[in-house]
Amino acid sequence: MAEIVIRNLRKEFGAFTAVKGSSFTIRDGEFFMLLGPSGCGKTTTLRMIAGLELPTSGQILIDGEDVSQRPASQRDIAMVFQMFALYPHLNVRKNISYPLVSQGVPRAQIAAKVAEVARILGIESILDKPVGGLSGGDRQRVALGRAIVRNPKAFMMDEPLGALDAEFRERMAEELRALHDRMGATTVYVTHDQLEAMQMGDKIVVMNHGVVEQFGTPQDIYDHPATLFVADFIGSPAMNFLRFDGVAEAGATRLDLGSFAAAVPELQESARGALVLGVRPEHVSFRDDAACRGRVEAAEYLGTTQIVTLSTAHGPVKARIPSGQVARPGETVGLDFDARTLSVFDGGSGRALRTAANAGVHHG
Amino acid sequence: MTAYSVTEPTGRSKLVAGLLVTLYAVITLLPLLWIISTGFKSGPDSISYPPKVVFEPSLEGYVNLFTTRTRVAAEEFQNLPPPETWYDAIVRESGMVIAGPSRFGERFLNSVIIGFGSTFLSIFLGTLAAYAFSRFKVPLKDDLLFFILSTRMMPPIAVAIPIYLMYRELGLSDTHLGMILLYTAVNISLAVWLLKGFIDEIPREYEEAALIDGYTRFQAFRKVVLPQAATGIASTAIFCLIFAWNEYAFAVLLTSGTAQTAPPFIPTIIGVGGQDWPAVAAGATIFLLPVMIFTILLRKHLLRGITFGAVRK
Repeated sequence: MAEIVIRNLRKEFGAFTAVKGSSFTIRDGEFFMLLGPSGCGKTTTLRMIAGLELPTSGQILIDGEDVSQRPASQRDIAMVFQMFALYPHLNVRKNISYPLVSQGVPRAQIAAKVAEVARILGIESILDKPVGGLSGGDRQRVALGRAIVRNPKAFMMDEPLGALDAEFRERMAEELRALHDRMGATTVYVTHDQLEAMQMGDKIVVMNHGVVEQFGTPQDIYDHPATLFVADFIGSPAMNFLRFDGVAEAGATRLDLGSFAAAVPELQESARGALVLGVRPEHVSFRDDAACRGRVEAAEYLGTTQIVTLSTAHGPVKARIPSGQVARPGETVGLDFDARTLSVFDGGSGRALRTAANAGVHHG
Repeated sequence: MTAYSVTEPTGRSKLVAGLLVTLYAVITLLPLLWIISTGFKSGPDSISYPPKVVFEPSLEGYVNLFTTRTRVAAEEFQNLPPPETWYDAIVRESGMVIAGPSRFGERFLNSVIIGFGSTFLSIFLGTLAAYAFSRFKVPLKDDLLFFILSTRMMPPIAVAIPIYLMYRELGLSDTHLGMILLYTAVNISLAVWLLKGFIDEIPREYEEAALIDGYTRFQAFRKVVLPQAATGIASTAIFCLIFAWNEYAFAVLLTSGTAQTAPPFIPTIIGVGGQDWPAVAAGATIFLLPVMIFTILLRKHLLRGITFGAVRK
């Protein structure tokens, strides 16, 4: 198992730059998520770590060794592809033993290893079947089997659950995480599904337009997004943005939005001009005497909670409140924000201002 | 009201379709039947008018195809020992004796060497080129592909004279190598284009998986891409073989002795008093067999190959 260090990694395809100087570290044994919308460069980053693409510049260190210009076959990593890429002309057993055959492992040892992997994944009964007729879940398990059979330094997974049915995805996600916890293998996992990333990852890198927007634990990223993009991309419904022109002074604990003033975590840097106050829907509550006023537009019932859409002087705001609470469309209510959870962004650059709350959180 | 299924044909439409197909098959197979039956006719039967549909089968054509015969003087003929083999006997019936084997065997062997040789070479080069065009960044890729295709934009025989002169200068005239190279040159564009289509359809992930599993690029090509391209390779091979096997014009122009293939040889089989039609037909029948067998062996692939891409599983 290994630690993977990415330094100023850059990849250009002709005039298009897919990855613009990423840097992050994947610690030994981590389940690491590369998250972002399609075209953000996450798959390209994964393929560069795997050796399927060579970086234009920058370094990839696996266990301290610079492998950035080495071919995939010399990097000792395994990969699970989105469409699984099982060799269609081989049966399950041959598919799983394929990586061992390439290393010249003795036959008896291959047989023992394949049997062990099959037992771990619960696919002993299908070992002699052709891969063509397998269900999605079994294909997934065979692909995993092929990856874990030779104890590689790290696993690369390119949206491995993307090709599965929704119901099955949940189960495979659990299986994957359980397998990871059992093997303790460094895993790099690409997904565009923020829920999947939050649910399974130890660490998440959020990418957009080839740039690392933020890098940290799921909770850090959710609670203290480093940019407007991350704040918008993570969480459903997304973070509310209250846009205003004003001044943020270092040391201040209140922000004047014009129509009202909000208590915020102590600011550690100053900014002026277009600013954005970010608040998660679950941190919005109704309080009759609150200074921020909003008119209820709609309410979506979600069982234990409901999402109420309100219009305010700073644009629409969504609030996640208990479903028992009454919110009638047309009614005007006071909105209270949980001060400790608020984020303040520079409206121009989209960057979060440093505050007492997000100090120490890694930015991209 | 009766409900009609849009996908399931009715009994009547099946019958009509069956009749039409049978009729079409009969029309297309008629010349073939003619050739095969003529091969088993006697000389007079083969040129009788109206043509004989029912006739007494004879192996005379086949014997004549493989032998050369001479007429001997009447008294000498009387004194000959009785024929030793069945083909001796057939030849004696027409008052002749076997003088030796004909050149058909050699010509047929030439056809096999040149036909299969050029097919193998076209497929070998074509697969490598198609793989490179399909997977790698080749400078001027589109222009090169167009250039390769452009070699088929005129009938190959249009360049017969330059090729004739070139071959004479290079000493390739009437050689097996010369014919193999020529047919390969004609077939390679077809092979590259067809195979590129097939290889394009094979997802790259398979090779990438193999690369990550520790195989080199060439091993991945050989062990992962080739088995999956088998269908495409088989159907391309059939097309290449059929062209090289049947080619007539260049064979007439460029071969006369050592490397002459069967197509220019067969029509020149002369019997006594003119063309020996049963022997010609027998030669054509035997000539048909290798391609027929090759096609039947690869039939499954051919059908899948032709519809490849149109029908995804």
